[in-house]
Amino acid sequence: MRYNRHIILSEIGQEGQDKISKAKVLTIGAGGLGCPILQYLAAAGVGTIGIIDFDTVDLSNLQRQILFGSASIGKNKALAAKERLSDLNADVTINTYPERLTHQNTLELFEQYDVIVDGSDNFETRYLVNDACVITNKPLVFGSIFKFEGQVSVFNYQNGPSYRCLFPNPPEKGAVPNCSEIGVLGVLPGIIGTMQANEVLKIILGIGNVLSGQLLCYNALTLQNTILKINRSESAIESVLKDKANFQKQHINMGCEVSTENISIYDVSLEDNVQFIDVREDHEQPKVEAVPITYVPLSEIEEAYINIDPSKKAYVFCQAGIRSEHAVERLHELGVTNCFSLNEGAAEINDYLNEQLETKSVKS
Amino acid sequence: MLLTIKYFGLIAEVTQISEETLEFSGKQISELLTLLYAKYEALKTKDFQVAQNQELVATDALVNGQEIALLPPFAGG
Repeated sequence: MRYNRHIILSEIGQEGQDKISKAKVLTIGAGGLGCPILQYLAAAGVGTIGIIDFDTVDLSNLQRQILFGSASIGKNKALAAKERLSDLNADVTINTYPERLTHQNTLELFEQYDVIVDGSDNFETRYLVNDACVITNKPLVFGSIFKFEGQVSVFNYQNGPSYRCLFPNPPEKGAVPNCSEIGVLGVLPGIIGTMQANEVLKIILGIGNVLSGQLLCYNALTLQNTILKINRSESAIESVLKDKANFQKQHINMGCEVSTENISIYDVSLEDNVQFIDVREDHEQPKVEAVPITYVPLSEIEEAYINIDPSKKAYVFCQAGIRSEHAVERLHELGVTNCFSLNEGAAEINDYLNEQLETKSVKS
Repeated sequence: MLLTIKYFGLIAEVTQISEETLEFSGKQISELLTLLYAKYEALKTKDFQVAQNQELVATDALVNGQEIALLPPFAGG
């Protein structure tokens, strides 16, 4: 009964619904795009759904990340999404990966699925996902957003073009701002993510025209849809396949212009003369309270950087370890040289520092 | 010839308009870009691809369509 409205469509029928229930789909990111993608795929009865996301739910996510509620704040997104989706449809097997996608874990993960859906929010991950789809020969349902505009396409489908055939190389780091820096209309990822879910179902069912070799550009303000034709570039695809043997030896920052020095909080020696710099905006939670923090929001970095004590080593952090890299690059340019970007986000840093301070007070 | 140029995403932020018509007498897409770089200096620092009559083209392609689009990559999600 659950799938009755699918089954009575002559284009789907019981046969089509069986295809959906046998399908295995991996979604990269359970954020603005990932939430609507996951919601519709789970509701449609996709048999196995994988969710990979290292990030935790923040209050500022609830404006658009519709699988989460107030009770999800602070929880890992993949795990929080599973809680909601299991209630939505218990028939679906949901595999969660509460970790970062890396060159080391990607290929093995992708091999286990039929279709890959990209709902990530940065170029490094998008190129990693594209290249891994080319290597493992998996169709990639692509969607991305910028303020009021979205792009949708299906790459690497039946010898069609890949993302690199459209944009051969990632732009310089920091050249294109992301949603957390410039904002996004909440309903936009809902529209674009739903279009991605639609492409996934068309691929599984083999109906309609899959958006391969085409890029759909959607504008939420003008409601203009532009579809641009993309041709397959053999040289772009060849360059990925040629590097196949080295794929797992790479790190996600390679190929991007990174001049920052990154460090893990677990490697920071708290005995040193150190200071911690929060480059998130004022409203972002959770605050790190275990140690004194200097606040230098990325949007005010040009003025606020003078609050950084040049005599101390500065460890810079943000919500997920991406903006902190940009901040450190800018700080270097502003002449603050003794600073490092922390790989971890605020929540993890706070937990770790609290733990460390407790151990210390027990010892003394 | 009279061309309609469409700007997307970050490119439209540089040009401050999403569309304009332009008289062009050159041959290649690259010549058109030189013209646009002169008009919008910040374009030089942006990544984008060019589409002509809704099809991606290389910069050495001949301008023979009426509609040109400048398309930047987005990564947001």
